Amino acid sequence: MKSGSNLEGLLEKSEFVVTGELGPPKGTDVNVVKEKAAYLKGNVDAVNITDNQTAIVRMSSIATSKILIDEGLEPTMQMVARDRNRLAMMSDLFGASALGIKNMLCLSGDHQSFGNHPEAKNVFDIDSIQMIHMVKTMRDEHKIICGDEIEGEFKMFIGAASNPFADPFQYRVYRLAKKVEAGVDFIQTQCIYDMKRFKEFMKQVVDMGLHERCKILAGVTPLKSVGMARYMAANVSGITIPEEMIDRLRGAGKGNVASEGIKILCEQIQELREMEGIAGVHLMAIEWEHKVPEIVKMAGLLPRPTT
Amino acid sequence: MITAERKPFEEIKESVKDYKKIMVLGCGTCVAVCQAGGEKEVAILASELRLALGNEVKKIEVNEETVVRQCDDEFMADTAFLEKVKEADVIISIACGVGVQHACNFFNRLIDGKPVRVIPGLNTTFMGANIDVGLWEERCLGCGDCVLERTGGICPIARCAKSLLNGPCGGSSDGKCEISKDTECAWHLIIERLEALGKLDSIKPVEMYKDWRPSHSGGPRKMLREDLRL
Repeated sequence: MKSGSNLEGLLEKSEFVVTGELGPPKGTDVNVVKEKAAYLKGNVDAVNITDNQTAIVRMSSIATSKILIDEGLEPTMQMVARDRNRLAMMSDLFGASALGIKNMLCLSGDHQSFGNHPEAKNVFDIDSIQMIHMVKTMRDEHKIICGDEIEGEFKMFIGAASNPFADPFQYRVYRLAKKVEAGVDFIQTQCIYDMKRFKEFMKQVVDMGLHERCKILAGVTPLKSVGMARYMAANVSGITIPEEMIDRLRGAGKGNVASEGIKILCEQIQELREMEGIAGVHLMAIEWEHKVPEIVKMAGLLPRPTT
Repeated sequence: MITAERKPFEEIKESVKDYKKIMVLGCGTCVAVCQAGGEKEVAILASELRLALGNEVKKIEVNEETVVRQCDDEFMADTAFLEKVKEADVIISIACGVGVQHACNFFNRLIDGKPVRVIPGLNTTFMGANIDVGLWEERCLGCGDCVLERTGGICPIARCAKSLLNGPCGGSSDGKCEISKDTECAWHLIIERLEALGKLDSIKPVEMYKDWRPSHSGGPRKMLREDLRL
């Protein structure tokens, strides 16, 4: 085992895994974390803890991850290249490991111009692919970048993201291949709505054998309303939502849109379960954590297996 | 070239309002080409200052001067010119930040007596190229270790908003960067260019951590050419 995490163990056993996501509070309120965690507990195998997502200042990913551990859940600590140089990253990784964090996700991070401090200076000392390599070196060679030995044990299950819907489309699979080459253990994709394009992407992935070198979790997010669908399609980079999906939501009629969104999601999950190369789903129920128990139950993903 | 744009007039006016003899000093090289600090812009700023600051009670004098380059001693070592510098209460340099500092340093080194005050009239923006009429774009950050050979002649350090060496990130959409639909995704351009050159394979290996020491991260930089120092 590379990390001994629950997520790694289940993937090793070829269980179809479910990961969730939790956005830390914009402050110190631990109860916000605990409330969201309660909805996720027992319903997902690990929970991504975002790192100043969309460049909005929030409780740190490392601290929130520790709170999650104390609540009996397994975190996947996200880390963005925007806010830390290599010194800070490695130091935080030591700390994370010492606190019992066993999964992490290497990300570039949204540009700070999206967030609440657009006047900030960004870092981008190393990029997400180099970050994967750095963590793998730390784990497998027991050394930090400069070659110094790490005092004590360092174990980590290394994740990264892939956006099959960004451009140029034909190059996306090669970027995923670079992450595999750098040493990634698992991949979580951007939210998938355009299943046709995702299938095309996965065909390339399978043809290149990348699914055999890392575990791929398909990212899904329930659509709560027609407005949300329109907003995401227009404003979230790399998200395309097919018109038929929006029409179907609209057709559900007043009061039924949210449940139709969950229905669509469950159908997607079924389709993804049968897709070659998919090892699980990453369920991003953004500010809708209380719906997670209902979603995983409807999607037939309960009870969650143990290692 | 180095590009610059003029500071808001109110800011310049505020910083010279207490002086009587003002010199507006232009620079005839980069900033003249991007029409921010050449002879013509000197005349415009001087006229604006005369109109805004002069009145019947307060007599102000605004002199206009332009040198070929403010970042080079040889273009400023002229006795008559230095005499005029000495007489000025303040000098508004409309060169880039290099010119402002160099002129200030040069004047204070050469002129005895009262210190010479030099203030900037421009905001230095970037190292870029003139893409179209009235349009300049950033092209180089001076990182000290050029990667253009590997990236099809398009710089990811200067032109990717995240300076990614293994791009494009997930924010690349329709050839545009996530920060703005007006900003091209550098990595999209790199991929297109390498594809056209039949060299896409060159970016398939992982580009490793960059050594930032040759860049500004290594501290203020100096370049010493022993062969030129005789």
